Amino acid sequence: MTGPSDYIFFAVAALTVGSAVLVAVLPNIIYSAVALLFSFAGVAGLYVLLSADFLAATQVLVYVGGILVLILFAVFLSNRIADVKISNPGRFRLPAAAICLVLFGVLSFTAVSTPFAVKRTVYLPTTADLGELLMTRYLLPFEVASVLLLAALIGAALLSRPDRGSPEGEDMEEGKR
Amino acid sequence: MTLDKLLVIAAALFCCGLYVVMTRRNAVAVLMGVELILNAANINFVAFSHYLSRVMGGQIFAVFVIVLAAAEAAVALAIFLRMFATTGTVEVDLADQMKG
Repeated sequence: MTGPSDYIFFAVAALTVGSAVLVAVLPNIIYSAVALLFSFAGVAGLYVLLSADFLAATQVLVYVGGILVLILFAVFLSNRIADVKISNPGRFRLPAAAICLVLFGVLSFTAVSTPFAVKRTVYLPTTADLGELLMTRYLLPFEVASVLLLAALIGAALLSRPDRGSPEGEDMEEGKR
Repeated sequence: MTLDKLLVIAAALFCCGLYVVMTRRNAVAVLMGVELILNAANINFVAFSHYLSRVMGGQIFAVFVIVLAAAEAAVALAIFLRMFATTGTVEVDLADQMKG
């Protein structure tokens, strides 16, 4: 069966995989980050095609809007990006490419040759169900994840502060801010 | 659009991420490879959940993976900035001060 959805699927898949390959081969890290943006956007499109609407929105918000901006900031703050040799040198290119190609062959052969018991798929909005599951069956992991996010953000803020004086004086400075 | 095509796409993403992790020396680029690998795993979760299951455990798991990726990226980039302020570089094979 070939319809418009198949063409859209192939376009999105080509965008995702092509951008991922570009991330791997582009020499400049800024170009890699931009290619990563398109790859994340393609993954969001795949989520839409898999009827995971909430996940698609989360992917765009968190990855494209958050993580990628963070990565770009880190690149700008920590690199002499004009010089490719300094900003993004590579090593072990050939053995790594060989390992990855062999692994890709094994993984795709396994995926294609395994007979999965596929059920008839339905396309329904999932956001309400996801919210209900998060508030009932998966409440404990949800709360643990929120505590983890809080700890990670406090840790990141503390780590990225510049040094100011002795460790003893830090608590007072924390209070002033 | 079938399950095996999606699995092949996820495998391609995973291998690209693995290649990036193995070849790059810049820590930020290595983090980008890790994010690619996490996205590949997420595609697998959502695809299996869509095709093989009626409950949405796969999507829930993907949400938690995204949460963990966000926390990991924040902490990792803070560490990189601190490492750059301390040593003047973010290359992973130059961070060997604690080696015995």
